[in-house]
Amino acid sequence: MNSKNINDDIGESTRLKLWETMLKLRLTEKKAYDLFLQNLIKGTSHLALGQEAIGATFGVLLEKGDYTFCTYRGHNHTLARGSSIVGVLGELMGRQCGLMRGKGGSMHLTDVENGVMGSYAIIGAHIPIANGTALASQYNKTSEVTVCFFGDGTTNIGAFHEALNMAQVWKLPIVFVCENNLYMEYTAIGDVTAVEHPAADRASAYGMEKIIVDGNDADEMYRISKKAIDKAREGNGPSLIEAKTYRHSGHSRADPGKYRPDEEVKDWVENKDPIKIYRQRLKDFNINETKINSIEEDMIRQVEEATEMAKSSPIPDIKEIYTDVWADGGSEWHN
Amino acid sequence: MAQLTYRESVSLAIAQSMRKDQKVFFMGEDVGAAGGVFKATVGLLDEFGPERIKDCPISEQAILGAAMGAAMSGLRPIAEIMFSDFLAVCWDIIANQIAKTRYMSDGQINIPLVIRTANGGGSKFGAQHSQSLENWSMAIPGLKVVAPSSPRDVLGLMASSVQDPDPVIFYEHKSLYAMKEELDKTDIEIPLGQANIMHKGNDVLLIGLGLMAQRAKKAAEILKEKFNVDATVLDLRTLVPLDLQSIKREAKKCGQVITVEENPRLCGWGAEISSLIIEHCFKDLKGPIKRITTPHIPLPSADILEDNTIPSVDVIVDETLTKLKIKKEK
Ligand SMILES: Cc1ncc(C[n+]2csc(CCOP(=O)(O)OP(=O)(O)O)c2C)c(N)n1
Ligand SMILES: [Mg+2]
Repeated sequence: MNSKNINDDIGESTRLKLWETMLKLRLTEKKAYDLFLQNLIKGTSHLALGQEAIGATFGVLLEKGDYTFCTYRGHNHTLARGSSIVGVLGELMGRQCGLMRGKGGSMHLTDVENGVMGSYAIIGAHIPIANGTALASQYNKTSEVTVCFFGDGTTNIGAFHEALNMAQVWKLPIVFVCENNLYMEYTAIGDVTAVEHPAADRASAYGMEKIIVDGNDADEMYRISKKAIDKAREGNGPSLIEAKTYRHSGHSRADPGKYRPDEEVKDWVENKDPIKIYRQRLKDFNINETKINSIEEDMIRQVEEATEMAKSSPIPDIKEIYTDVWADGGSEWHN
Repeated sequence: MAQLTYRESVSLAIAQSMRKDQKVFFMGEDVGAAGGVFKATVGLLDEFGPERIKDCPISEQAILGAAMGAAMSGLRPIAEIMFSDFLAVCWDIIANQIAKTRYMSDGQINIPLVIRTANGGGSKFGAQHSQSLENWSMAIPGLKVVAPSSPRDVLGLMASSVQDPDPVIFYEHKSLYAMKEELDKTDIEIPLGQANIMHKGNDVLLIGLGLMAQRAKKAAEILKEKFNVDATVLDLRTLVPLDLQSIKREAKKCGQVITVEENPRLCGWGAEISSLIIEHCFKDLKGPIKRITTPHIPLPSADILEDNTIPSVDVIVDETLTKLKIKKEK
C-alpha cells in the first residue's frame, strides 16, 4: 500500500494534518485521564484512546458547515472538528471555560460553531437525528454532508435500523460510521449479535454497500471516508462504514476493562496503535523525523497550555443552573 | 447478622427469588458475566447459569418485549434497564403494552414482571443519566412503582415485587448502592403499599422517597439535635400502591407537611400527595404544604451545579425551619 512517493492521492500536507489531528486527540485524552487521577474531573468520562484515526480522518476531510454527531465517547470527534482543547478539558472539569460552561459535561460535548451538533448518551438516539440535518441540506439544496459516529453495540438498537432505511429511501447526504471496537460496555459484541460484522453485514438490508475498513490505519480510513463523503456531497446518497478499532482503556473511567484478554489488549496497544502505525508510515515516506517530532512537541505544548488555562478558569456561577431552559434564556414556568 | 450494601442486597434479593421459584429469570445488558455496570448483579451468572441470567444486546424494546411475552405465558421475568433515563427508549412497551394489556384483555392476561432500574442523581452524569423518574410511571394506570431507600427495603420490596401479579417498576437509587446496613435476616418480605416511619416527632412531617427519604432522616436528626424540632420522616417506599392511611395519620398528627422530592418540580409525586392531604386532612393543617424539589430544569453536569440542584440535607433543614418560622442561629 505504501508507495514510496508521498505525493500520491493523499499527499504530504494532508498526512501531516492527519498526524497533527491524531496527536491532538491522543494527547488531550491522555491529559483528561491524568486530570481524573488528580480528581480534577468528576462524573464519568469515556475515552477513545486507540480510536483516533477515525475521528481525525473526518476532522481533516470535512468542510466548514458540515455536520457531525457523536456519542458520549465523543471528545475525540469534537476535537477533530476544531473545537478548542481548553473548551473540551474545561467542560470535563466543570469550569466556566468549558464548551457548555459545565451544563452538559463529558458525555454531551457540543460546539455548533464547528459543526459538532452534539454528543448523545442514549444509545442510537442520534442516528435518526443526524438524518435530520442531512434532510435539511437536501431540502435547502445546499451541499453540507452529515457524518454520524456510533459504536458496534449501537447496531442492535431499533433506531439504527429505522434511520438507515430512511436515509436510503430519501438518498440523504449522510455517512454513518460504526466504530467497531469489539465491545459494548463489558460484553463482547459477538456474544449478543447475530452477524459477524455488526454494521457491514446489515448494510445490504438497506441497499447499501458492505464496507469494512481498518480504522486504525489513517490512510485507509481517509481513502474510504473520502469516497463516502464525496458520494454524499454529490447527491448520491448515504454510506455505512464499519471501521475496525479498539479502545485502549476501559469503557469509562470506572472500568478497568478486566473482561478483555490481556493478550488481545497487548496486541492492539503494541501492534495496532494508530499513532504508532502512522509515525512509522510518515518515516517510511521519508518525512523528516524532526518535522514529525516537532508537530508532536508543539501539540504537547498546546495541551499543557490549555490545561493550565482550564485549571485557572473559575467554576461556573450557580446562577447558571437557571439559564437556558427556554429560548428566552431563563427557566421560569409561571408568571 | 450480615452486613450488606444496597448493591449486594439487589443481587441477593434476585437470587433469593430465583431459588424459590424456577419461573423467575433475569435479563439485561452487561448483567451476567460483567455483574452489572453498578455491580449489583455480581454472582448471579455463576449461581444460575446463562439460561436464567441472560446477557442482552443493547435493545431495550426487545428486552422488555420479551419480558412481557414471557410474563404473559406464566414466567416471572426480572428485566434490568441500566439507567432509568433509558426507560424513554422502551416507553411504548411499558406505557402502552405492559401497563394496559391486562385491562384491555378483560383480565385474560396477567403480566407479573419486574423492571429494575438505576435512578437518580448525585454522580455528575449529566442530564441523560441522572433523572429521577418515578413520577413518569406513577402517571400510567396499570403500573406499580417501588423505590427502596435501604438494603433491607431492597430485599423486602424485591421479594414482594417478584411475587406480585402485576408489573412493577423498581427504582434503585444510584447514590445508595454503597450504603451499608446490618441485617439479622435477609429472607424478608415487605408488602407493597406500606410506608416506613424512619424518625418520629410531632412538629412536622417530612415525606420522602429513595435518597430523599435518607436525606430527610438526616435532616430530622439535625433538627432534633440543634433546634429541638421533632420531625416525623415517612418513607413512602411505594408510590403505587400508596399508603394513604399512614400519610393521613401522620399529616393529621403533625399538622405541618413537607414533601422532599428529587424530581423536577412540575407533576412530581409530591404534588399528588399534597393534593390528597388537602383533600383528606384540610382541617388539621396548620399551614400550607411545602414541596422541596429539584428546580424545573434538566440536570446540569458540573459538580457545583448538580450539588446545588438536588435537595441536600442542609436545604431540607433550612426549609423546615423557615416553614416553622424558627430562626436559624449561628
Ligand atoms: C439506550 C441505552 N442503553 C444502554 C446504554 C448504556 N450504554 C452506554 S455505552 C454502552 C455500550 C455501547 O457500545 P458501543 O455502541 O459499541 O459503543 P462504544 O462504547 O464501544 O464506543 C451502553 C450499553 C445507553 N447509554 N443507552
Ligand atoms: Mg463498542
